[in-house]
Amino acid sequence: MPLLEVTDLKVYYPIRGGILGGVIGHVKAVDGVTFSVNEGQTVGLVGESGSGKTTIGKAILGLVPIRDGTILFDGKDITKYIGKNRSEYRKSVQMVFQDVHSSINAKKMVLDVIAEPIRNFEKLSRAEERKKVDELLTIVGMSPLDAHKYPHEFSGGQRQRIGVARAIALKPKLIVADEPVSALDLSIQAQVLNYMKDVQEEMGLSYIFISHDLGVVKHMCETLAIMHNSRFVEVGERNDIYKNAKHIYTRRLIASIPDTNPDMKTVNEMKRIEINKEYQEQYNNYYMEGGMVYPLKSIDGSEAHYVAIP
Amino acid sequence: MWKMIVRRFLILIPQLLFISVVVFILAYFMPGDALSGLVDPTMTAEDIERQRELIGLNEPLPVRYVNWISAIIFEGDFGQSYGHKRAVTAVIGDRVSNTFWLSLVMLILTYLIAIPLGILAGRFGGKWPDKAILFYVFVAMSMPTLVLGILMILTFSFNLGWFPSSGSVNAIVLSQGTNWEIFVNRVHHMTLPAMTGALLGTVGIIFMLRANIIDRTASEYVKLARSKGVPTRVIFNKHILRNSIIPVTAGVGFAIAGLLMGVLFIEQIFGYPGMGSLFFESIGRRDYAVVNALIILFSVLTALGMLISDILLTVVDPRIQVQ
Amino acid sequence: MSEQEKLLQIRQLETAFRLEGKYYNAVDFVDLDINKNEVFAIVGESGCGKTALALSILQLHNKNFTRIRGSITYNEKELLGLKEKELNQIRGNEISMIFQDPLTALNPLLRVGAQIEEALYYHTDLSKRERKTRAIELLTAVGMTDPELTYKQLPHELSGGMRQRAMIAIALSCDPKLVIADEPTTALDVTIQAQILDLMRKLQKDMHSSILLITHDLGVVAEMADRVTVMYAGQIVEYGTADMIFKNPKHPYTRSLLASIPNVGENLDRLNAIKGVVPTLRDMPRTGCRFAPRIPWINAFCHEEKPSFHEVEPNHFVLCTCYEDFHFESEE
Repeated sequence: MPLLEVTDLKVYYPIRGGILGGVIGHVKAVDGVTFSVNEGQTVGLVGESGSGKTTIGKAILGLVPIRDGTILFDGKDITKYIGKNRSEYRKSVQMVFQDVHSSINAKKMVLDVIAEPIRNFEKLSRAEERKKVDELLTIVGMSPLDAHKYPHEFSGGQRQRIGVARAIALKPKLIVADEPVSALDLSIQAQVLNYMKDVQEEMGLSYIFISHDLGVVKHMCETLAIMHNSRFVEVGERNDIYKNAKHIYTRRLIASIPDTNPDMKTVNEMKRIEINKEYQEQYNNYYMEGGMVYPLKSIDGSEAHYVAIP
Repeated sequence: MWKMIVRRFLILIPQLLFISVVVFILAYFMPGDALSGLVDPTMTAEDIERQRELIGLNEPLPVRYVNWISAIIFEGDFGQSYGHKRAVTAVIGDRVSNTFWLSLVMLILTYLIAIPLGILAGRFGGKWPDKAILFYVFVAMSMPTLVLGILMILTFSFNLGWFPSSGSVNAIVLSQGTNWEIFVNRVHHMTLPAMTGALLGTVGIIFMLRANIIDRTASEYVKLARSKGVPTRVIFNKHILRNSIIPVTAGVGFAIAGLLMGVLFIEQIFGYPGMGSLFFESIGRRDYAVVNALIILFSVLTALGMLISDILLTVVDPRIQVQ
Repeated sequence: MSEQEKLLQIRQLETAFRLEGKYYNAVDFVDLDINKNEVFAIVGESGCGKTALALSILQLHNKNFTRIRGSITYNEKELLGLKEKELNQIRGNEISMIFQDPLTALNPLLRVGAQIEEALYYHTDLSKRERKTRAIELLTAVGMTDPELTYKQLPHELSGGMRQRAMIAIALSCDPKLVIADEPTTALDVTIQAQILDLMRKLQKDMHSSILLITHDLGVVAEMADRVTVMYAGQIVEYGTADMIFKNPKHPYTRSLLASIPNVGENLDRLNAIKGVVPTLRDMPRTGCRFAPRIPWINAFCHEEKPSFHEVEPNHFVLCTCYEDFHFESEE
């Protein structure tokens, strides 16, 4: 049984207007997505800005109201959770944000930042708590001496690691990481990604890794879902997506990634022009009227690789 | 745009009804009523009771509210002022024009002082003109209206004798002077209270304008304009000032709302016969018919000020389009 | 690419920012040459001084907090020390800029057309009508589908990619010889980025102008640049042609950066992370090899006391001798 099972998830944001400010329509931020995450697995959600990928993360955390669909965690529907069950769930699922600086209280010491979720859910003595924070800091490659510093004393990469430490404080089963390294420099990004992998191995965590960076996602995830216009256009294993993409949008996205081999300059540009041309010409073969994405279909009977074509 | 205006007026209705209920109930719980001031020792308890019965003071509270509000809505009748023995509308009507002109002059003075100072402070951020203006701003910010008002009266009225210390127009001028003389006399009376209000009212505007200018000066689009080779002076006028002044212009409506509160006190300090002094007089006399009517009027004016702000914003800022 | 046709020469450039009364060099004695008709890239992480350098050329820094020394010559004319008025003859006309975020870099209250025409107004004798014609031409050239409409639109009415195209149109309006593009695609989605890069390359070829590309993205550099300079902590640490830098990187920093890219091509379990953090302006090492603290496993005697450039192959230079003994920590 998968750890998390999302079925036909829909999240609509109301548009208000008219004389009385009533709801006159909806923005379909997420319009029917289905996927699952197994224990210890990393699933990547890839898409461009406005594709709806962040909204999926928020829906799983219960931060936005769900219009339709179910989210099963350990086989139980979390959309119906209230009271104790809900707080139990909140312990098991944590989030890491793009910019930790804006999501943690700058006036709190690192010790308090990391200990906050522990204090909310567990009753530990001062000494036990401190021991735990030290452990967590060590896991993400920082020194226990850092516990008494303030967030602004750290670089972006270190703050991101503090964010990871805080997220794993309650030994969650799943972490939703929303663009966790997008704001970081290349050299620092690699540090954080490495630590995230280490932590995963050590604790048997699952990740939902939300990013626009196809390189990062490839490095982190075995399974990927490519999102466009609020739906998945393609879902598959790493190689399905990067070597054998079927949907024009996925192929266009992959062709857009700049290559660090200068010899490929011209080849890549030709390829991009070709794919862009195909994207223009074949658009109607890949999208319904109004840009709606088709339901997913298995490719050659594969259990892992699905694509949204008619 | 029209839809927005209509919507705002529709929202205003329940707000005003709510305010009317609140003021009515508050007035009810206040010690004394309209009769308290009229009672003299010769009256017997029965006389008072009869009077109360007559003017409906013995009806249950909801009934009295409904009577009161329906008269306002359907006949525009705010009832009788017991203090003045006249219709509330007539009492307020006498004072409206005084307050209106005082507020207008105050508003104009406020902007005449604030905009150049704000621009100066922003333009020379951190240098001595900015520091001097900030000093003024901080002094004005911490100065209570009453203190400044008294200082103004002491200096310009008692010591220098340039301006009268109270009233809105000289009675002799009013009865014997030409229209022009009356106008000059009115302005003469208005100057001190208007200056006092304006000097205090500039604070927010100077602050906002200064902050906007400093912020816009450091903006990316100013950098882009500089990289295009646009002369410094043009960059200031076209890219910095325009973008800084727009939110300030739109603040006019808020300024109007704030002004009303200021005017209340200033009229009182300067003995200026407007709605503000009427308001305090009426509270003193327990003349709740007038007080309630004034509160509702102030609410309407405040709401109108906000609406004007929003309308102005859509006019001056091309980004905002209201469906 | 003819070596002798120099467009811009930078010598011993120091750009210092004032922090609490003291000046700190963000650009620390940098020399570089940009030729005519080439794409020259400066690559480095945040705080390496690349943007400070880019803004120094047109002197767009806030003068109150910045001190620029050294020499920047454009077509043999010294730019440093020019009066604002003389600089304005060059800004937008000979040298123009493209900024990172088109949403904040375009004036939100001016129509796109007006923002293009502003540059034309100050640098050409075109009449009002001719300016409009030229603006629409430019909007067409940068690939706007409906240039007449875009001309009348406000920046917020355009998508991110369209805004960046508008900014390119502004930069190109007076046929500049050099366009300084500071992270021109960092704020954009990857498919839009590809389109903008393709557009910039095409326009550069058509107009025979040069681009100074400032970026942290090595992929963008490889796609665009003819020559590349790598900056670290205010200094240039390596420079050469794009081929040399990507195929035969020498400086430990360049090699570490390239190794830390999560590459789409290969599957690695672990990335080569660089130890420590990028030093801030205030606590930047000012003597010796500035990268040494981040490769502590390399012996101290491998570094030069006063690092100098070494020509590892023709036209390929590396700072400090530590490159000779460098190996990744994992290779020990």
